[in-house]
Amino acid sequence: MVAADSRASMGGYISSQSVKKIIEINPYMLGTMAGGAADCQFWHRNLGIKCRLHELANKRRISVTGASKLLANILYSYRGMGLSVGTMIAGWDEKGPGLYYVDSEGGRLKGTKFSVGSGSPYAYGVLDSGYHYDMTIDEAAELARRSIYHATFRDGASGGVASVYHVGPTGWTKLSGDDVGELHYSYYPVEPAIVEQEMTEAVVA
Amino acid sequence: MSIFEYNGSALVAMVGKNCFAIASDRRLGVQLQTIATDFQRIFKIHDKLFLGLSGLGSDAQTLYQRLVFRHKLYQLREERDMKPETFASLVSAILYEKRFGPYFCQPVIAGLGDDDKPFICTMDSIGAKELAKDFVVAGTASESLYGACESMFKPDMEHEELFETISQALLSSVDRDCLSGWGGHVYVVTPSEVTERILKGRMD
Repeated sequence: MVAADSRASMGGYISSQSVKKIIEINPYMLGTMAGGAADCQFWHRNLGIKCRLHELANKRRISVTGASKLLANILYSYRGMGLSVGTMIAGWDEKGPGLYYVDSEGGRLKGTKFSVGSGSPYAYGVLDSGYHYDMTIDEAAELARRSIYHATFRDGASGGVASVYHVGPTGWTKLSGDDVGELHYSYYPVEPAIVEQEMTEAVVA
Repeated sequence: MSIFEYNGSALVAMVGKNCFAIASDRRLGVQLQTIATDFQRIFKIHDKLFLGLSGLGSDAQTLYQRLVFRHKLYQLREERDMKPETFASLVSAILYEKRFGPYFCQPVIAGLGDDDKPFICTMDSIGAKELAKDFVVAGTASESLYGACESMFKPDMEHEELFETISQALLSSVDRDCLSGWGGHVYVVTPSEVTERILKGRMD
Protein backbone atom coordinates (compact mmCIF):
# COMPACT_ATOMS: atom_id res chain seq x y z
CA MET A 1 0.00 0.00 0.00
CA VAL A 2 1.34 3.42 -0.93
CA ALA A 3 -0.37 6.64 0.20
CA ALA A 4 0.43 10.35 0.05
CA ASP A 5 -1.06 13.83 0.39
CA SER A 6 -0.93 16.39 -2.44
CA ARG A 7 0.26 19.73 -1.02
CA ALA A 8 3.20 21.75 -2.32
CA SER A 9 4.35 24.76 -0.30
CA MET A 10 6.95 27.50 -0.66
CA GLY A 11 7.66 28.69 2.88
CA GLY A 12 4.26 29.42 4.40
CA TYR A 13 2.54 29.78 1.04
CA ILE A 14 0.59 26.84 -0.39
CA SER A 15 1.55 26.76 -4.06
CA SER A 16 -0.57 23.73 -4.99
CA GLN A 17 -3.11 21.38 -3.44
CA SER A 18 -3.10 18.92 -6.36
CA VAL A 19 0.42 17.56 -6.73
CA LYS A 20 0.99 13.95 -7.81
CA LYS A 21 3.38 12.83 -5.07
CA ILE A 22 3.09 9.16 -6.03
CA ILE A 23 5.13 8.76 -9.17
CA GLU A 24 4.37 5.85 -11.46
CA ILE A 25 7.79 4.56 -12.52
CA ASN A 26 6.35 1.66 -14.50
CA PRO A 27 3.19 -0.51 -14.16
CA TYR A 28 4.89 -2.51 -11.38
CA MET A 29 6.72 0.16 -9.45
CA LEU A 30 5.82 3.37 -7.60
CA GLY A 31 7.95 6.10 -6.09
CA THR A 32 6.90 8.70 -3.52
CA MET A 33 7.88 12.33 -3.37
CA ALA A 34 9.05 14.30 -0.33
CA GLY A 35 11.56 17.12 -0.03
CA GLY A 36 12.42 19.18 -3.10
CA ALA A 37 9.70 18.80 -5.77
CA ALA A 38 12.04 19.36 -8.70
CA ASP A 39 14.72 17.00 -7.35
CA CYS A 40 12.17 14.23 -6.73
CA GLN A 41 10.41 14.70 -10.04
CA PHE A 42 13.61 14.80 -12.10
CA TRP A 43 15.36 11.86 -10.45
CA HIS A 44 12.25 9.66 -10.52
CA ARG A 45 11.83 10.33 -14.24
CA ASN A 46 15.53 9.60 -14.62
CA LEU A 47 15.05 6.33 -12.71
CA GLY A 48 12.10 5.46 -14.95
CA ILE A 49 14.33 5.81 -18.02
CA LYS A 50 17.07 3.67 -16.45
CA CYS A 51 14.55 0.98 -15.50
CA ARG A 52 13.18 0.85 -19.06
CA LEU A 53 16.69 0.62 -20.53
CA HIS A 54 17.46 -2.23 -18.12
CA GLU A 55 14.29 -3.98 -19.32
CA LEU A 56 15.31 -3.64 -23.00
CA ALA A 57 18.90 -4.75 -22.39
CA ASN A 58 18.11 -7.75 -20.19
CA LYS A 59 14.65 -8.74 -21.50
CA ARG A 60 13.25 -8.73 -17.95
CA ARG A 61 12.02 -6.10 -15.56
CA ILE A 62 14.43 -4.63 -13.03
CA SER A 63 13.99 -5.75 -9.42
CA VAL A 64 12.84 -3.26 -6.77
CA THR A 65 16.17 -3.85 -5.03
CA GLY A 66 18.02 -2.95 -8.23
CA ALA A 67 15.95 0.10 -9.02
CA SER A 68 16.23 1.54 -5.51
CA LYS A 69 19.99 0.93 -5.55
CA LEU A 70 20.26 2.69 -8.92
CA LEU A 71 18.57 5.76 -7.41
CA ALA A 72 20.52 5.63 -4.13
CA ASN A 73 23.84 5.46 -6.03
CA ILE A 74 22.94 8.48 -8.15
CA LEU A 75 21.84 10.47 -5.10
CA TYR A 76 25.01 9.47 -3.23
CA SER A 77 27.14 10.76 -6.12
CA TYR A 78 25.49 14.18 -5.58
CA ARG A 79 25.81 14.04 -1.77
CA GLY A 80 26.58 17.41 -0.16
CA MET A 81 25.56 19.34 -3.28
CA GLY A 82 22.18 20.30 -1.88
CA LEU A 83 19.80 17.75 -3.39
CA SER A 84 16.71 17.18 -1.23
CA VAL A 85 14.99 13.87 -1.85
CA GLY A 86 13.13 11.61 0.56
CA THR A 87 11.47 8.74 -1.22
CA MET A 88 10.06 5.26 -0.99
CA ILE A 89 10.32 2.83 -3.88
CA ALA A 90 7.58 0.21 -3.78
CA GLY A 91 6.96 -2.48 -6.36
CA TRP A 92 6.43 -6.11 -7.27
CA ASP A 93 9.22 -8.15 -8.91
CA GLU A 94 10.18 -11.81 -9.39
CA LYS A 95 10.81 -12.18 -5.64
CA GLY A 96 7.43 -10.68 -4.68
CA PRO A 97 6.71 -7.36 -2.98
CA GLY A 98 9.55 -4.93 -2.30
CA LEU A 99 9.80 -1.69 -0.34
CA TYR A 100 12.80 0.58 0.06
CA TYR A 101 13.44 3.96 1.66
CA VAL A 102 15.96 6.10 -0.21
CA ASP A 103 17.14 9.64 0.59
CA SER A 104 19.50 12.28 -0.74
CA GLU A 105 21.94 11.73 2.13
CA GLY A 106 22.67 8.39 0.48
CA GLY A 107 20.59 6.26 2.84
CA ARG A 108 18.84 3.16 1.51
CA LEU A 109 16.81 0.91 3.79
CA LYS A 110 14.73 -2.19 3.10
CA GLY A 111 11.61 -2.54 5.20
CA THR A 112 7.95 -3.44 5.63
CA LYS A 113 6.59 0.03 6.46
CA PHE A 114 7.96 3.55 6.07
CA SER A 115 6.78 7.12 6.27
CA VAL A 116 8.67 10.09 4.82
CA GLY A 117 8.37 13.87 4.91
CA SER A 118 7.39 16.67 7.28
CA GLY A 119 4.17 14.91 8.29
CA SER A 120 5.84 11.51 8.72
CA PRO A 121 5.97 11.51 12.56
CA TYR A 122 2.18 11.93 12.68
CA ALA A 123 1.64 9.25 10.02
CA TYR A 124 3.97 6.84 11.87
CA GLY A 125 1.91 7.32 15.03
CA VAL A 126 -1.24 6.07 13.34
CA LEU A 127 0.54 3.48 11.20
CA ASP A 128 2.45 1.82 14.07
CA SER A 129 -0.59 1.63 16.34
CA GLY A 130 -2.90 0.23 13.64
CA TYR A 131 -0.59 -2.06 11.65
CA HIS A 132 -0.53 -5.83 11.74
CA TYR A 133 0.80 -8.28 9.16
CA ASP A 134 -2.44 -10.08 8.24
CA MET A 135 -4.42 -7.05 7.10
CA THR A 136 -6.88 -7.27 4.23
CA ILE A 137 -6.43 -4.87 1.31
CA ASP A 138 -9.39 -2.79 2.51
CA GLU A 139 -8.06 -2.61 6.07
CA ALA A 140 -4.60 -1.64 4.87
CA ALA A 141 -5.99 1.00 2.49
CA GLU A 142 -8.04 2.51 5.30
CA LEU A 143 -5.02 2.55 7.66
CA ALA A 144 -2.90 4.23 4.98
CA ARG A 145 -5.62 6.80 4.30
CA ARG A 146 -6.06 7.52 8.02
CA SER A 147 -2.30 7.87 8.50
CA ILE A 148 -2.20 10.51 5.76
CA TYR A 149 -5.32 12.21 7.09
CA HIS A 150 -3.87 12.56 10.60
CA ALA A 151 -0.62 13.88 9.16
CA THR A 152 -2.49 16.52 7.15
CA PHE A 153 -4.43 17.54 10.25
CA ARG A 154 -1.40 18.16 12.46
CA ASP A 155 1.18 19.19 9.88
CA GLY A 156 0.88 22.59 8.23
CA ALA A 157 2.89 21.51 5.21
CA SER A 158 0.66 18.51 4.40
CA GLY A 159 -2.85 18.58 2.95
CA GLY A 160 -5.03 18.46 -0.13
CA VAL A 161 -5.99 15.01 -1.36
CA ALA A 162 -5.10 11.67 0.28
CA SER A 163 -4.31 9.20 -2.53
CA VAL A 164 -3.96 5.47 -1.89
CA TYR A 165 -2.33 2.97 -4.25
CA HIS A 166 -2.15 -0.81 -3.99
CA VAL A 167 0.76 -2.81 -5.42
CA GLY A 168 0.06 -6.50 -6.18
CA PRO A 169 1.39 -9.32 -8.39
CA THR A 170 -0.27 -7.75 -11.45
CA GLY A 171 1.13 -4.29 -10.78
CA TRP A 172 -0.21 -1.19 -9.09
CA THR A 173 -3.77 0.16 -9.04
CA LYS A 174 -5.05 3.42 -7.64
CA LEU A 175 -7.65 2.69 -4.96
CA SER A 176 -8.80 6.13 -3.86
CA GLY A 177 -8.21 9.87 -3.84
CA ASP A 178 -10.11 11.67 -1.09
CA ASP A 179 -10.20 15.41 -0.48
CA VAL A 180 -8.98 15.84 3.09
CA GLY A 181 -11.41 18.73 3.54
CA GLU A 182 -14.26 16.22 3.18
CA LEU A 183 -12.42 13.31 4.84
CA HIS A 184 -12.18 15.24 8.13
CA TYR A 185 -15.92 15.70 8.44
CA SER A 186 -16.58 12.07 7.42
CA TYR A 187 -14.26 10.86 10.20
CA TYR A 188 -15.48 13.43 12.69
CA PRO A 189 -19.01 14.58 11.81
CA VAL A 190 -20.10 17.80 13.49
CA GLU A 191 -23.46 17.26 15.15
CA PRO A 192 -25.53 20.42 15.31
CA ALA A 193 -25.45 21.96 18.78
CA ILE A 194 -28.67 21.47 20.72
CA VAL A 195 -30.03 24.56 22.42
CA GLU A 196 -30.43 23.48 26.03
CA GLN A 197 -32.26 26.54 27.27
CA GLU A 198 -33.94 29.11 25.08
CA MET A 199 -33.93 32.69 26.36
CA THR A 200 -37.39 34.20 26.62
CA GLU A 201 -38.63 37.62 27.54
CA ALA A 202 -39.29 37.91 31.28
CA VAL A 203 -42.89 38.66 32.22
CA VAL A 204 -43.07 42.09 33.80
CA ALA A 205 -44.95 41.83 37.09
CA MET B 1 11.85 32.57 10.82
CA SER B 2 9.87 35.55 12.07
CA ILE B 3 8.37 35.48 15.56
CA PHE B 4 5.18 36.97 14.03
CA GLU B 5 4.80 33.71 12.09
CA TYR B 6 5.60 31.37 14.98
CA ASN B 7 1.97 30.52 15.85
CA GLY B 8 0.25 31.48 12.56
CA SER B 9 -2.88 33.63 12.25
CA ALA B 10 -5.36 35.28 9.91
CA LEU B 11 -7.42 38.33 10.78
CA VAL B 12 -9.78 40.49 8.75
CA ALA B 13 -12.32 43.23 9.43
CA MET B 14 -14.80 44.76 6.98
CA VAL B 15 -17.17 47.70 7.02
CA GLY B 16 -20.79 47.45 5.84
CA LYS B 17 -23.79 49.75 5.91
CA ASN B 18 -24.10 50.83 9.58
CA CYS B 19 -22.37 47.61 10.59
CA PHE B 20 -19.02 45.83 10.56
CA ALA B 21 -17.66 42.30 10.68
CA ILE B 22 -14.43 40.94 12.14
CA ALA B 23 -13.17 37.42 11.49
CA SER B 24 -10.20 35.24 12.37
CA ASP B 25 -8.93 31.70 11.93
CA ARG B 26 -8.85 29.25 14.89
CA ARG B 27 -5.40 27.68 14.65
CA LEU B 28 -2.62 27.86 17.19
CA GLY B 29 0.50 26.12 16.01
CA VAL B 30 4.18 25.93 16.78
CA GLN B 31 5.68 26.52 13.34
CA LEU B 32 4.18 23.74 11.18
CA GLN B 33 2.79 21.71 14.08
CA THR B 34 -0.87 22.34 14.85
CA ILE B 35 -1.42 22.48 18.63
CA ALA B 36 -5.01 23.72 18.93
CA THR B 37 -7.91 24.37 16.59
CA ASP B 38 -10.07 26.40 18.96
CA PHE B 39 -7.79 29.37 19.66
CA GLN B 40 -9.38 32.76 20.21
CA ARG B 41 -7.88 35.79 18.54
CA ILE B 42 -10.90 38.14 18.59
CA PHE B 43 -11.91 39.72 21.87
CA LYS B 44 -14.93 41.77 22.87
CA ILE B 45 -14.06 45.01 24.62
CA HIS B 46 -17.68 46.13 24.91
CA ASP B 47 -20.93 45.49 22.97
CA LYS B 48 -19.84 47.63 20.03
CA LEU B 49 -16.07 47.27 20.10
CA PHE B 50 -13.96 44.27 19.10
CA LEU B 51 -10.24 43.68 19.06
CA GLY B 52 -8.36 41.11 17.00
CA LEU B 53 -4.74 40.30 17.75
CA SER B 54 -2.64 38.53 15.13
CA GLY B 55 0.93 37.38 15.61
CA LEU B 56 2.46 35.69 18.67
CA GLY B 57 -0.29 33.95 20.68
CA SER B 58 1.21 34.63 24.11
CA ASP B 59 1.65 38.33 23.43
CA ALA B 60 -1.91 38.52 22.08
CA GLN B 61 -3.26 37.18 25.39
CA THR B 62 -1.03 39.46 27.49
CA LEU B 63 -1.90 42.51 25.43
CA TYR B 64 -5.61 41.67 25.64
CA GLN B 65 -5.42 41.45 29.44
CA ARG B 66 -3.66 44.84 29.69
CA LEU B 67 -6.18 46.45 27.35
CA VAL B 68 -9.18 45.06 29.24
CA PHE B 69 -7.63 46.38 32.45
CA ARG B 70 -7.15 49.85 30.98
CA HIS B 71 -10.66 49.87 29.52
CA LYS B 72 -12.16 48.92 32.89
CA LEU B 73 -10.30 51.79 34.57
CA TYR B 74 -11.66 54.12 31.88
CA GLN B 75 -15.20 52.85 32.46
CA LEU B 76 -14.93 53.49 36.21
CA ARG B 77 -13.57 57.01 35.76
CA GLU B 78 -15.75 58.15 32.88
CA GLU B 79 -18.86 56.02 33.50
CA ARG B 80 -19.10 55.20 29.80
CA ASP B 81 -17.58 52.88 27.19
CA MET B 82 -14.60 53.94 25.10
CA LYS B 83 -15.13 55.19 21.57
CA PRO B 84 -13.33 53.03 18.96
CA GLU B 85 -11.07 55.96 17.99
CA THR B 86 -10.06 56.47 21.64
CA PHE B 87 -9.44 52.76 22.10
CA ALA B 88 -7.26 52.69 18.98
CA SER B 89 -5.16 55.50 20.46
CA LEU B 90 -4.89 53.57 23.73
CA VAL B 91 -3.69 50.44 21.91
CA SER B 92 -1.23 52.52 19.93
CA ALA B 93 0.15 54.17 23.09
CA ILE B 94 0.50 50.84 24.92
CA LEU B 95 2.32 49.34 21.93
CA TYR B 96 4.70 52.30 21.59
CA GLU B 97 5.59 52.02 25.30
CA LYS B 98 7.45 48.91 24.23
CA ARG B 99 9.14 50.58 21.23
CA PHE B 100 12.45 48.75 21.70
CA GLY B 101 11.04 45.41 22.79
CA PRO B 102 7.63 45.23 21.20
CA TYR B 103 4.69 42.89 21.62
CA PHE B 104 4.85 40.68 18.55
CA CYS B 105 1.27 41.44 17.58
CA GLN B 106 -0.51 43.28 14.81
CA PRO B 107 -3.89 44.42 16.18
CA VAL B 108 -7.12 44.94 14.27
CA ILE B 109 -9.71 47.19 15.92
CA ALA B 110 -13.33 47.32 14.78
CA GLY B 111 -16.20 49.11 16.44
CA LEU B 112 -19.30 51.24 16.12
CA GLY B 113 -18.76 54.83 17.20
CA ASP B 114 -21.19 57.64 18.00
CA ASP B 115 -24.37 57.53 15.86
CA ASP B 116 -23.29 53.93 15.04
CA LYS B 117 -20.68 54.87 12.47
CA PRO B 118 -18.46 51.87 11.78
CA PHE B 119 -14.74 52.23 12.49
CA ILE B 120 -11.95 49.84 11.54
CA CYS B 121 -8.22 50.18 11.91
CA THR B 122 -5.05 48.16 12.14
CA MET B 123 -1.56 48.96 13.33
CA ASP B 124 1.92 47.47 13.38
CA SER B 125 3.57 46.04 16.49
CA ILE B 126 4.82 49.44 17.66
CA GLY B 127 1.55 51.30 17.28
CA ALA B 128 1.54 53.02 13.89
CA LYS B 129 -2.17 53.39 13.16
CA GLU B 130 -3.56 52.64 9.73
CA LEU B 131 -7.17 53.76 9.33
CA ALA B 132 -9.17 52.27 6.47
CA LYS B 133 -12.61 52.93 5.06
CA ASP B 134 -13.28 49.47 3.61
CA PHE B 135 -11.33 46.55 5.12
CA VAL B 136 -8.19 45.70 7.07
CA VAL B 137 -6.21 42.45 7.26
CA ALA B 138 -3.43 41.00 9.42
CA GLY B 139 -1.55 37.77 10.10
CA THR B 140 0.38 35.15 8.15
CA ALA B 141 -2.41 34.94 5.54
CA SER B 142 -2.50 38.74 5.09
CA GLU B 143 -1.21 38.68 1.50
CA SER B 144 -3.91 36.22 0.42
CA LEU B 145 -6.48 38.20 2.41
CA TYR B 146 -5.60 41.42 0.61
CA GLY B 147 -6.25 39.66 -2.70
CA ALA B 148 -9.52 38.09 -1.56
CA CYS B 149 -10.85 41.31 0.05
CA GLU B 150 -9.74 43.48 -2.86
CA SER B 151 -11.82 41.36 -5.24
CA MET B 152 -14.80 40.46 -3.02
CA PHE B 153 -15.46 43.65 -1.06
CA LYS B 154 -18.30 45.98 -2.04
CA PRO B 155 -19.18 49.20 -0.21
CA ASP B 156 -22.37 49.51 1.89
CA MET B 157 -23.23 45.82 2.27
CA GLU B 158 -26.04 44.79 4.61
CA HIS B 159 -25.03 42.53 7.51
CA GLU B 160 -26.18 39.24 5.84
CA GLU B 161 -24.09 39.88 2.72
CA LEU B 162 -21.21 41.19 4.82
CA PHE B 163 -21.11 37.92 6.77
CA GLU B 164 -21.03 35.89 3.54
CA THR B 165 -18.30 38.07 2.03
CA ILE B 166 -15.98 38.13 5.03
CA SER B 167 -16.40 34.37 5.56
CA GLN B 168 -15.63 33.50 1.95
CA ALA B 169 -12.65 35.89 1.94
CA LEU B 170 -11.28 34.33 5.13
CA LEU B 171 -11.79 30.69 4.11
CA SER B 172 -10.34 31.09 0.63
CA SER B 173 -7.32 32.99 2.00
CA VAL B 174 -6.38 30.53 4.72
CA ASP B 175 -6.56 27.68 2.18
CA ARG B 176 -3.42 29.23 0.65
CA ASP B 177 -1.59 29.50 3.96
CA CYS B 178 0.16 26.62 5.78
CA LEU B 179 0.09 28.37 9.17
CA SER B 180 -3.53 29.49 9.51
CA GLY B 181 -7.01 28.06 9.03
CA TRP B 182 -8.47 24.98 10.76
CA GLY B 183 -11.88 26.72 11.02
CA GLY B 184 -13.00 30.32 11.38
CA HIS B 185 -14.60 32.69 13.86
CA VAL B 186 -16.81 35.54 12.65
CA TYR B 187 -18.50 38.40 14.48
CA VAL B 188 -21.02 40.62 12.70
CA VAL B 189 -21.98 43.72 14.64
CA THR B 190 -24.99 45.94 13.89
CA PRO B 191 -26.30 48.75 16.13
CA SER B 192 -28.94 46.38 17.60
CA GLU B 193 -27.20 42.98 17.72
CA VAL B 194 -23.97 41.02 17.70
CA THR B 195 -23.86 37.66 15.89
CA GLU B 196 -21.04 35.23 16.53
CA ARG B 197 -20.52 32.28 14.21
CA ILE B 198 -18.00 29.45 14.09
CA LEU B 199 -17.06 28.44 10.54
CA LYS B 200 -16.26 24.91 9.46
CA GLY B 201 -13.18 24.92 7.29
CA ARG B 202 -10.66 22.60 5.70
CA MET B 203 -8.83 20.93 8.58
CA ASP B 204 -5.50 20.62 6.73
